[in-house]
Amino acid sequence: MTDLFRLTDVEKSYTRGKEKISIFDKLTMRIEEGDFVAIMGPSGSGKTTLLNLLGGTDKANKGEIEFDGKRIDNLSEGQLTAWRAANVGFIFQFYNLMPILTAAQNVELPLLLTKLSPKKRRDNVATALKIVGLEDRAKHRPREMSGGQQQRIAIARAIVSDPKLLLCDEPTGDLDRTTADEILGTLQVLNRDLGKTIIMVTHDAQAAKYAKRTLHLDKGHFVESELAA
Amino acid sequence: MNDRALMWKNLWRKPVRTILLVVSIMIAFLIFSGIISFNIAISTFNTLPTRMVTLSKVNFTQTLPIAHYERIAAMEGVAAATHMNWFGGYFQDQQSGFLPVFAVDPETYFQVYSEDLQIPAEQREAFFKDRASMLVAEPVAERYGWRIGQRIPLQSNIFTNRNSGNSTWEFTLAGTIPTPQGSSQSGSVLIHYDYYNETVTFGRDRIGWVPFLTKSADLNDQVAAAIDGRFLNSQDETSTQDEETFNKSFTAQLGNIALVVSLVVGAAFIAILLIVGTTMALAVRERTKEIGVMKTLGFSSERVLRMVLGESMLLSFLGAVLGCGAAAGLLSLASGGGGPPIYFAPIVLVYAAIIALLLGLVTGLGPALAAYRLSIIDALGRR
Repeated sequence: MTDLFRLTDVEKSYTRGKEKISIFDKLTMRIEEGDFVAIMGPSGSGKTTLLNLLGGTDKANKGEIEFDGKRIDNLSEGQLTAWRAANVGFIFQFYNLMPILTAAQNVELPLLLTKLSPKKRRDNVATALKIVGLEDRAKHRPREMSGGQQQRIAIARAIVSDPKLLLCDEPTGDLDRTTADEILGTLQVLNRDLGKTIIMVTHDAQAAKYAKRTLHLDKGHFVESELAA
Repeated sequence: MNDRALMWKNLWRKPVRTILLVVSIMIAFLIFSGIISFNIAISTFNTLPTRMVTLSKVNFTQTLPIAHYERIAAMEGVAAATHMNWFGGYFQDQQSGFLPVFAVDPETYFQVYSEDLQIPAEQREAFFKDRASMLVAEPVAERYGWRIGQRIPLQSNIFTNRNSGNSTWEFTLAGTIPTPQGSSQSGSVLIHYDYYNETVTFGRDRIGWVPFLTKSADLNDQVAAAIDGRFLNSQDETSTQDEETFNKSFTAQLGNIALVVSLVVGAAFIAILLIVGTTMALAVRERTKEIGVMKTLGFSSERVLRMVLGESMLLSFLGAVLGCGAAAGLLSLASGGGGPPIYFAPIVLVYAAIIALLLGLVTGLGPALAAYRLSIIDALGRR
C-alpha cells in the first residue's frame, strides 16, 4: 500500500490572548491509501486540529504534510480550496446540510465546483443517494428527515465527487446507537468496496471498532495504536 | 442548480423579511421614477430658438394690459406675436383634476405655435369662426370622452361669468390637438380670448403673457432689451425671456416642491440603505456555519463573496424593477388627465439601474467581505 498522507515534524500552536498554546510538536505520522483510521483521545488532545490540518482547512506552523506524494502544507488558500474540492469529502457531527436545499441539491453542491454537465451531475447525485439508500428522499428538505437520514445525505454529499479521502468529525456523535451503527456500516462499505480512505475522529470506542485501526492521541502525541480485531 | 439558483434560494430563506425589503425598495424606486419622469416631461417641451415670452417683471401670476401686446407686436425684430391668459379650469368638479385652459387669440396663436398645432383645416376653421368654441389636446378629450361638436361646460376657479353669474362657461369642441411627446400643447385647452374677455367680471383687457417670434435668434437679446426698456418705469414693467428660460422659470415654481420631494426620496434611500445593509449583515451572520461548510467543500472565498454580493444585487434590482414597473403603470394611467402628460422615459431605467447597482453594492459589500474573510475554523467552531 502507498502512503496517502505523510506528516513529518508538524508543529501547530494557537495564540489565545497572550498565551501560546502548543497543539503539536514535531508530529510525524503516515496514513496509507485505503486505510480506515479512527482517531481517539480526550478533549484538547488535538484530534480536531489534526483533522483540520489533514483537510487543508488549517495550516501547520512548521513541518511537511504530503498527500499522495505532493506537499500540501505550502499551498496557498486558493490552491488548498481547489485541492479540497478535488480530493476530500467531509462528514460533520451535525450534518451541516443547507436547510433551503433539497437532499438532492445538498448532494449536488460539491459538483457545482466541477465542469460536469447538469445531466452528469444529476446522474452522480442519483448514484450517491443510491449508495446511501436514500434515493427516494431526493426531494425532501433536511427538516423533513431524521438525524440518521440527514447524516446519510451528508455522506452522499461527501462522496458525490468521488474523492479519495473522507474526513469524518464525530459522524455518529448526534445519533442513537442503532442509527450510529448503520452510519458506521455505510462508512465501512465505502472503505471496503469503494476504496475510500477514511479518517474518523471519535470519542466513541464502539464507533472506533468499525475502523481498521485506531490511533490514540494525547497532548499532541500518538500514545497508542491498535489494529481492529 | 447553479450559483444563481443558490442565490435566489438564499434570498427567499425568510420570505416575509424578503418581501418587506423588496416592497420598501420598490416604493423608493416608484417615487424616484415618478419624480424623474415628471422632471423630464416638463423639461422636454418643444422650444424654438426664435420664440420668446414677455411677462410681468413681478412674476407670471401678475397680468399685463392688452396694450402691451399690441406694442410688442409692432416692435422691430418681432416677426409674430400673440397673447395668452390663464383661465384656471376644471370639468364638472375640481376632484376630477385641473385643466390648463388658456384664453388665446386664435389666429396669432396659430402663427406663433404653428409647429405644435398640426390639426385638420376644417377643425382649425371651426375654431376660428366660433368664438364660443375650444380646442383641446387629444388625451384630454379621450379622458373625458368628449366628441367634436359637443357642448361642454367648463368651470373657472378664478373668474366669474358675467352672463350666467357663476363660474361656468359653455364651449363647443371644435377640434383636438395631437400631442406627441414634448409638444408644447400637451394637456392644453384653448379658448377665445375675446369671448372670455367680454364675459369676465374682473380682469378685463388684461393678459397673462405675450409669446412672440423674433426674425432671428441673433436678435433675441436686442429685442428683449428693447421690449423691457420700452416698459421700464411704467406701471407694468416686463421681463422678456427666451422660451426655454420661461419654461424653466415656470417650472421653477414647482422647484421647491420637487426639492422637498427629492430630499424625502433621498432620505428614504438612505433609510433603505441602512435597513437593507443591516438585514443583509444579519442574514449572512445567520448563515455563518453554512458559509463555513461551503468553503470546506471547496467554494473559494471569492466565489462566496460574489454570491453574497449577488444576493444583495438581486434584492436591489428586484425592488428597482418592481418600482419602475409600478411607476410606468401609474404614469400611463395618469397621462390621460389634465396637465402635461408625464411619460415613463427610458432614461429613468438607466438612472434606476445605476442606483440599484450602487444600492446593491453598498448594502452587500460589508456582508460579502465578512463572508470572504470568514475562516472555516471560526465558522464551524473547529478548534
